[in-house]
Amino acid sequence: MSEPLLTVRDLSKHFPVARRKLLGGGDKLKAVDGIDFELAQGKTLGLVGESGCGKSTTARLVLRLIEPSSGEVTLDGQDVIGASESKLRALRREMQLVFQDPLTSLNPRMSVGTNIAEPLRFHGLGSRAERQEMARELLDVVGLKPRDFDRFPHEFSGGQCQRVGIARALVLKPKLVVFDEPVSALDVSIQAQILTLLLSLQRDLGLSYIFISHDLSVIKRIADRTAVMYLGRIVETGPSEALYRRPLHPYTQALLNAIPLPDPKAKRVDDLGVLKGDVPSPISPPSGCRFHTRCPHRMPICSEKNPELKEAESGHQVACFLHA
Amino acid sequence: MPDDEVILEVEDLRTQFKLKHSTLKAVDGLSFSLRAGRTLCIVGESGSGKTVTSLSLMRLIDPPGKIVGGRLIYRGRDLMQLSEREMEEIRGDRIAMVFQDPMSSLNPSFRVGEQIAEGLIAHKGLGQEAARRETIALMGRVGIPEPEARYRDYPHQFSGGMRQRVLIAGAIACEPDLLIADEPTTALDVTIQAQILRLLREIQTSTGSSLILVTHDLGVVAAMADEVMVMYAGKMVEYGTVETIFAAPAHPYTKGLLSSLVRLDDTRESDLQPITGLPPDLAKLPGGCSFWPRCPLAETACRETEPSLRAGGAGHLVACHLAEPVAQDAPA
Repeated sequence: MSEPLLTVRDLSKHFPVARRKLLGGGDKLKAVDGIDFELAQGKTLGLVGESGCGKSTTARLVLRLIEPSSGEVTLDGQDVIGASESKLRALRREMQLVFQDPLTSLNPRMSVGTNIAEPLRFHGLGSRAERQEMARELLDVVGLKPRDFDRFPHEFSGGQCQRVGIARALVLKPKLVVFDEPVSALDVSIQAQILTLLLSLQRDLGLSYIFISHDLSVIKRIADRTAVMYLGRIVETGPSEALYRRPLHPYTQALLNAIPLPDPKAKRVDDLGVLKGDVPSPISPPSGCRFHTRCPHRMPICSEKNPELKEAESGHQVACFLHA
Repeated sequence: MPDDEVILEVEDLRTQFKLKHSTLKAVDGLSFSLRAGRTLCIVGESGSGKTVTSLSLMRLIDPPGKIVGGRLIYRGRDLMQLSEREMEEIRGDRIAMVFQDPMSSLNPSFRVGEQIAEGLIAHKGLGQEAARRETIALMGRVGIPEPEARYRDYPHQFSGGMRQRVLIAGAIACEPDLLIADEPTTALDVTIQAQILRLLREIQTSTGSSLILVTHDLGVVAAMADEVMVMYAGKMVEYGTVETIFAAPAHPYTKGLLSSLVRLDDTRESDLQPITGLPPDLAKLPGGCSFWPRCPLAETACRETEPSLRAGGAGHLVACHLAEPVAQDAPA
């Protein structure tokens, strides 16, 4: 197998937490706590989990928009974490981020065309005319009209703004695009339009995606591999097809059982799986396996030791003592 | 109360928002009825009028919005004829509402328990101590752990799911006949959503109340609904039993919604078929059927004449020139 485009090793981010006690070390919020993954060229990794699981922090760490507490990120053989400022600036052309809320991530005072061309200007690429030309091309690529070039973001709907955000991310011809909940704020009919666009762009341009979502249906549709996160750790990862067909971790199983299906014959409210309790605070996560407080299969060992991520089937790994 | 009693009958409800240069018809001639113990789901995209409908039922429309016409008959009384004071007695007592964002519908500077107890004191005339005891019982019933201790907590000390339980406890305090829930689980994680949906159903089973659930999520509709109303641009475009809507949708918009859905239960090979175009802008509605610019079937008639609702068998309604309502309900 060829080298993966992106390799992430033992990546962690611990935020210090303000506390009122006078003595004793500060608490740490372990937003991301030692995760590993790889992304192959032209493929999509889906990161899925509930609020506070660390999926958005992971995206920002990979792009080094925030500094990790520890760990390694390698993009196309180049060290992202150790890179100097100027090296990082060059590396950022290779990796771009698309946010959930397209309107607030665009500059409201710039026309849509200027917004799309802005990264080129920032990196000092091309003449003004060339930059505008590229922006026009990208309008077409993401399914907007040439006349949209001179319009402003507030004149656009959420779905159209998201197309602009995608065009802006692509203008530098990156290898990796990270999407953080890109369709969560959109209406159902528009979600499908954007997902269809992302799939065809990947096919045509050979892009690699990290796709973050809380929505398992969306991840199933778009991701070749899926990683399920819970309280800062990856609890299960594998080829999407296998992971959805036979989820191994009790948390993945619970997530899937909790999702209502658009089919009243298949699943009514009484059939929804119910996981008891809330997600514990990441400031004082449970000992051992972090899921043990909510797990229906809890064993004595689960509160004592942290299960390592281990291969259960080919390419399909799970961190659970049931499969150790 | 007999099972088939109609507790709410809405006739030709019209709610409009007067803006500087135009009048938005947010709800435009809506009629439906709801029987005791049943769940009606109102589904649609942004701007379809589903939230304005639920607020109108409670007469909670503030200027520049106004209910300009229609009747809201609750157990034989037209709510539109009541004074604001009489309406206040019904609101929170006989008809109660749960909103999407529990944080903004709770007062951040009052203890959670006191906010629930307030309704009991106002509507049931309970004393402080009796209301406190009743509130603690309610908090326990909606699954808030250690209700006695948490009575004195403030909203920010609760998680999103727990806040939604607080709102539900407040809404069911006076055992309303009708609970209106507007996107009650949209802001919640999926495992918490499942808990809240189960709770709503449990309450309904034990109290016999009716539920109007407003949602954009067709999975939630399939899990909860007895009847489904699909709204587009302020109007009902289709209405039917949950089985009919999912097994034999007739309106091109309903069909489009279902086929553009990213589903957990589909195969990767099947392509998504998104509805083209954008959800409607109420300020710039086209003539004729509001859906025609996005409709794959649109013909001349669709641009010229607005289709009226036509009824098939067993209450299936469709507003489309080119689609027929089903003659018989799909089997449950």
